[in-house]
Amino acid sequence: MSVTEPLLRVEGLSKAYPGVTANDTVSLEIAPGQVHALLGENGAGKSTLVKMIYGLVRPDSGAMVLNGQGYAPVDPHGARAAGVAMVFQHFSLFEALNVAENVALGMENPPPLRQLSARIRAVSDAYGLPLDPSRIVGDLSAGERQRVEIIRCLLQEPRLLIMDEPTSVLTPQEVEILFATLRQLAAEGTAILYISHKLEEIRSLCDHATILRSGRVVANCDPRERTAHELAELMVGAELRLTDRAGRVSGEVLLEVVGLNMAPASAFGPSLKSVSFELCRGEVLGIGGVAGNGQEDLLATLSGERPSGEGTVVLKGEDVSGLGPNPRRARGLLAAPEERLGHAAAPDMSLTENAVLTGTMRRPLTRHGFIDWRAARAFAAEIIAAYDVRTPGPQVAARALSGGNLQKFVIGREVLQAPEVLVVNQPTWGVDAAAAAAIRQALLDLAAGGAGVIVISQDLDELLEISDRFAALNEGRLSPPRPTASLTLQEIGLSLGGAHGMKPAEGVA
Amino acid sequence: MITLIARPAPSRFWAWATPVLAVLATMIAGGVLFAILGKDPLEAIRVIFWDPLFGANAGYFRGQLFIKAGPLILIAAGLAVGFRAGIWNIGAEGQYIVGALCGASVALAAYPAQSVLIFPAMVLAGALGGWAWGMIPALLKTRFGASEILVSLMLVYVAQNLLAWAAFGPLKNPQGFGFPGSRNLQQYPSAHNIELIAGSGIHWGVMAGFAALIGTYVLMNRHIAGFRIQVAGDAPKAARFAGVAPARLVAFCLGLSGALAGLAGMFEVAGPSGQITDSFGAGYGFTAIIVAFLGRLNPVGILLAGLLMALTYIGGDMAQLMLQLPAAAIQVFQGMLLFFLLGFDLLTNYTVKWGWARA
Repeated sequence: MSVTEPLLRVEGLSKAYPGVTANDTVSLEIAPGQVHALLGENGAGKSTLVKMIYGLVRPDSGAMVLNGQGYAPVDPHGARAAGVAMVFQHFSLFEALNVAENVALGMENPPPLRQLSARIRAVSDAYGLPLDPSRIVGDLSAGERQRVEIIRCLLQEPRLLIMDEPTSVLTPQEVEILFATLRQLAAEGTAILYISHKLEEIRSLCDHATILRSGRVVANCDPRERTAHELAELMVGAELRLTDRAGRVSGEVLLEVVGLNMAPASAFGPSLKSVSFELCRGEVLGIGGVAGNGQEDLLATLSGERPSGEGTVVLKGEDVSGLGPNPRRARGLLAAPEERLGHAAAPDMSLTENAVLTGTMRRPLTRHGFIDWRAARAFAAEIIAAYDVRTPGPQVAARALSGGNLQKFVIGREVLQAPEVLVVNQPTWGVDAAAAAAIRQALLDLAAGGAGVIVISQDLDELLEISDRFAALNEGRLSPPRPTASLTLQEIGLSLGGAHGMKPAEGVA
Repeated sequence: MITLIARPAPSRFWAWATPVLAVLATMIAGGVLFAILGKDPLEAIRVIFWDPLFGANAGYFRGQLFIKAGPLILIAAGLAVGFRAGIWNIGAEGQYIVGALCGASVALAAYPAQSVLIFPAMVLAGALGGWAWGMIPALLKTRFGASEILVSLMLVYVAQNLLAWAAFGPLKNPQGFGFPGSRNLQQYPSAHNIELIAGSGIHWGVMAGFAALIGTYVLMNRHIAGFRIQVAGDAPKAARFAGVAPARLVAFCLGLSGALAGLAGMFEVAGPSGQITDSFGAGYGFTAIIVAFLGRLNPVGILLAGLLMALTYIGGDMAQLMLQLPAAAIQVFQGMLLFFLLGFDLLTNYTVKWGWARA
């Protein structure tokens, strides 16, 4: 792309796993100081490609050239020695140790801790990443934990920094801090390979994008010159349908949650603290927030898996707080939990059986308690057809489906039962763009038909796209819901918290 | 070097092939064991597996087959339901003993009155006794989180002491010349669990076993309650989402398997055994665990497995008599069967690849 000699040249890398070609003759060039986006849907081959660059996976064929020399790392040690560092999506940190100790554990030859702490402080000052080396990692926010990982990489002074979906756990303010750091690094000549599917981010940060689809490079472009919609279509390879939010009128109150308190289900989870809100007919209420702030508990209390105190959950004027999941289903309150395999669906059971799992209260699938398997198969087939679930048929086990397809099945199963209130947690997590659009449209159509929908999600873009009102769940507290139309991303970020007392990088060189 | 590769879904073929493979492997390993004991292995296998069915006195032994298989099937049918839900009742032997004690107590209390109501009352008492004994681990589990595996197993030893106490004490035959043991119910027409078809060995307990198989089949395959039991075993979180209350599930499974084991004990004491003695518990409750797994927790499988285990009991007795094999040899034999079964079960979930693993 420019006259400068590329830092890394990838030439025709291929990698096949049994039954699937993850990468098919992938080539790309990264220049020093370039912020290079790697864009693609789930399963497009992004992870395989960066794992090959980082020495975690060996390519079947093809070659790499780093700094004019042949580069074939056999393991991450080799990659790090050659100047390639990577920040993973999932952190590998010990919660009981402090920041400096965690950094030392990830280094080849760690200096004495006192010296290391001084270096951590120096790097964190230089790059505007506020971090105290003596703090215990268990007390840090997700954004701060990511900084530990980034500083661990920066101490090695890498020439290429690979970042895998770094913003998925960050608030908008934390994203700004991260981007300032990355821009500063790039200005100093460090190349950054940035993996994401968030198009607006890529457009604001990256100066080059390589788009992968089904393991192949389908396009190279400058993301700043394209619209997010164009990029999405390149990624999906088809025209994207925009969600249609017309035709909804808010009606009377369907569901009231009043002063809901709930002890955490697990030792590390937060408890729900006096959560209150109302949900009206025809409304989509978006509940945002980083996962682990009480989302699962909120869903479990609404679905009936965890009964709550008297009078806390009121459905159409009836107190349902003490009722289990099935009586609530009978009254029209349905839910789709976040964890698809093992919670929303039984992994080893067929789709027909999984249709029976929640479908017996509102669909005539049983007679006097006896299951009508023919009706159950028909219901499963109906879900598969209506929600374009890609599977050979209803006899297939749930765990044989891809995440996106199973999610379409789970959402379809609940939507087709014509709920009056539907609660979904992370409805499009890990789902490819086309399926995510279909799921969002299904939720909007449901609301347009007069139901109330609660969408709990980490994806703020998604919530802004489909919800009428927005509330943030942070450490078990729910902010008062506000109309989405009047909100800015900035305001939402502030309501999510976790970014207090932090400023974006100053002294950018 | 052997590499195990997880199958995307459990193999249906191997799920049913492994029991057969396990039986064959047990025959081979058993043969080796008998050879080490200085017996002709082929003859031993023949005596155990062939002679009871087709040998000289097969007519008598074939009847014995159902007598032994009846309680095994009845108990295993109940255990299988709990095992599917992931609730491990290891104490069926205790529930079997308590069921027998309760059934016999009703009969001995009514003795010598004659009434058609006595036998149904015994059936009820047997089932209730086993149910109650099964509810002890259920309550301790739901109230205090105690492991039902340990509690139900330890209650077997409590039941055995209860049995010995009853046989020497309150249930002792007053006209028994001081010998331990109760009156013989076979000589008490109102209480006798008679053979329904002469020479077949089929008594009311065997019929109850068949009924239990059909009942549990319908429950597990056709009814929503059985479906939920299955979900609870496969994915506990999904089961809660589907509306299963864990405490009720534990009580149902332990209660059901306890009641069926109690019934088996009652039919045994009123029929083939005839009396309460301190050696009444013959290990059916434990062997039924093998039967349930060998039969893949499936009714048809349990029927076949029950008959097979009955055969090893009868064949084992014969081998003891004719070849002077030690009595423990047959228990080793049964143990090997479960061992091989669990080992070969690996093939259901994994494919085995020979050679070095490649990254």
